[in-house]
Amino acid sequence: MNPLNLLFQFADSFAFIVLSAVGLAVIFGMMGVINLGHGEFIMVGAYGTTLSSNAGAPLPVAMAVGVVSTALLGLVVERGVISGAVPNWVSERVLGRPVVEPLYDRLLDSMVATWAIGLILTQGIRILFGNSIPQISTPLGNIEYAAFSYSTYRVSLAFVAIAVLAGLYLLFTRTAFGVRARATIQDADTARSLGVDTDRMYATTFVIGSALAGLTGALYAPTLTVVPGMGSSFLVESFVAVVVGGPSVLLGTTLAGGLLGAISAFFTNLYSLFFGRIALLVAAILIIRFLSGGLTGFVEDLRDRMEGS
Amino acid sequence: MSGGSSRRQFLAAGGALAGTALAGCLTGGGGGGGDTVKLGVIEDRSGNFALNGTPKYQASMLAIEELNEDGGILGNEIETFTPDPQSDNQRYQQLTRQAIQEENVDALWAGYSSATRETIRPIIDENEQLYFYTTQYEGGVCDKYTFSMGATARQQLGSVLPYMVEEFGSDIYTIAADYNFGQLSADWVRVLADENDANVIGEEFIPLSVTDFGSTINNIQEADPDFVMALLVGANHTSFWNQRTSAGLNIPMGTSTVMAQGYQHKRLDAPAMANVYGGFNYMEEIPTERNQDFVDRFYEKYPDAAYINEEAVNNYFSIKMYARAAEAVGSTNQADIIEELEKGMDVEAPEGDISLQGPVHHMTHNMRVFRCDDEHNITVEDEQSIPEQFLSETVGCDLTQETETTQYTPADYYEEADATTE
Repeated sequence: MNPLNLLFQFADSFAFIVLSAVGLAVIFGMMGVINLGHGEFIMVGAYGTTLSSNAGAPLPVAMAVGVVSTALLGLVVERGVISGAVPNWVSERVLGRPVVEPLYDRLLDSMVATWAIGLILTQGIRILFGNSIPQISTPLGNIEYAAFSYSTYRVSLAFVAIAVLAGLYLLFTRTAFGVRARATIQDADTARSLGVDTDRMYATTFVIGSALAGLTGALYAPTLTVVPGMGSSFLVESFVAVVVGGPSVLLGTTLAGGLLGAISAFFTNLYSLFFGRIALLVAAILIIRFLSGGLTGFVEDLRDRMEGS
Repeated sequence: MSGGSSRRQFLAAGGALAGTALAGCLTGGGGGGGDTVKLGVIEDRSGNFALNGTPKYQASMLAIEELNEDGGILGNEIETFTPDPQSDNQRYQQLTRQAIQEENVDALWAGYSSATRETIRPIIDENEQLYFYTTQYEGGVCDKYTFSMGATARQQLGSVLPYMVEEFGSDIYTIAADYNFGQLSADWVRVLADENDANVIGEEFIPLSVTDFGSTINNIQEADPDFVMALLVGANHTSFWNQRTSAGLNIPMGTSTVMAQGYQHKRLDAPAMANVYGGFNYMEEIPTERNQDFVDRFYEKYPDAAYINEEAVNNYFSIKMYARAAEAVGSTNQADIIEELEKGMDVEAPEGDISLQGPVHHMTHNMRVFRCDDEHNITVEDEQSIPEQFLSETVGCDLTQETETTQYTPADYYEEADATTE
């Protein structure tokens, strides 16, 4: 086994797991909404990127278009479906009462609604742009070592993943927005009585989560096949990472990406891709079974025990 | 068709109310003689296989339109039943039953993947329904009611693999999709390697959900083969080509799956598919006059179509072939048409002059080796007529003598194909 192969494969899987999960983790962790359309949000980001690159935009600009278009989609979905603010605004003027109960902390209902949104997005994109669009190629060339080589772009995604996690950590711990957002999540009523516009907090959080999904799509557009059904290839990794990560979303996603990425890379390298997938899922099952709070729940337990002793 | 127009109207109107049970009782199987002709074309236009299924649907409609302009079949305009199965095998089962029992189709074209074919084949056989399966596939289906119009793995790989051994050397590394089709195709690579004095020095089976090929690329580099046989399937696996190019893996690659089905050379940015060699019976780039004429007619009807894939052209010529058989018999009686087709038939297909091997229900195809260069231009490197051999020569299947519905696998007949003995 070549150690550099293992290292690069680890960087590759770590990036894929973290970037798949991060948008989902923010929306789930902050709002209690499970976005089953998460994969399709990623697909929209990839479409935005590929279409604008095909229209002649340089890749970084094209990626920005992908992120912004997914963020806008997130805003529409949040206002129209998740919070129901737009339909309620209309119905209050027509019927004199709201008709939609917001989907915050209604896990099962939010799953059904967002799953439907995912289906609409997949088929809508297919109707609009057909079964396939011209794909863009991967930039940055390759790293060569001995008889081997690895795509530079794929490896550098690991650094992007770390940067995204660091940026989110700063956003939620060091800014006034972050404090308000966390206050809203912990106790929405108290936060509101202290003057926090909780409605706006929810909307902003959903838009941030959507933009992160769009970023994932933008980053993977040059290296995956951009087709209407591509969202499903992110779904397993994203949900496994969020569940394994546990209640503390940022730390959880980082730990899950690190652990699952290492397991996946190790078994893939040692045996085959098939065993890599099996090992990833077996690890997830074991963690869920024995650490019911996920990795961060386990870390918190440890900390409590050490403080208690 | 087994009934007059009054019963058809009754069925059309009452089908939804009366349900399948009544219609099933009325028709039984086989179909009788009659006037009108109804063809079922159940091809995916949404879901996972929409990319491959849409050209199949379009080419079928072109064939039917051309037949109708020529006066239809037996002097009647051809009617169609063309729902969208949405790449969903449960819908396939339901629509196949509907096609047979409520719509009383005289012949059926349905399904892209082998999994779909195996899902609906029991329904086809139970109802003794004449069925055309047109995808290139692993081979071995010896079924009284199924006509396999696509080239088999032995035909596709048998055209490209000997060419690759001749050009590049004898060490082969196989990467294949990890399911029925990929496993059996990898078996055929081993059989053909043995027949051509080459060795398979490594094999990797890749789950259909995999999108990350870093480790696969490293494994190929470690094994250092003369060429790779890439039997990859589906949108996820299409990501392999960009990734191998960006990782700088320049080993020539042979295939029986990509380009001719999912037109990756049109969709991916060059040079993702550079130095890929495919063994196929059809690509729309075939430079013959007959093919160019066909391509022009296709795009005249569907100006926005993406590509004419291998399967599409198989639908096209087999619908024409069915029409000739029906004219020869003078009715749409399915048993009679099967008997007529089993006599064999020469077909002027867009790929060239080919023929139906009656006893095994497969085609002798005009197989070509196509090469994709670094600007994604397609050239023809080799051309030969290759018959179906596994059923006709190795297994000895003869459907004119014995009615069976079996799928045979190479592992039962070749030591090299049986991975468990290694």
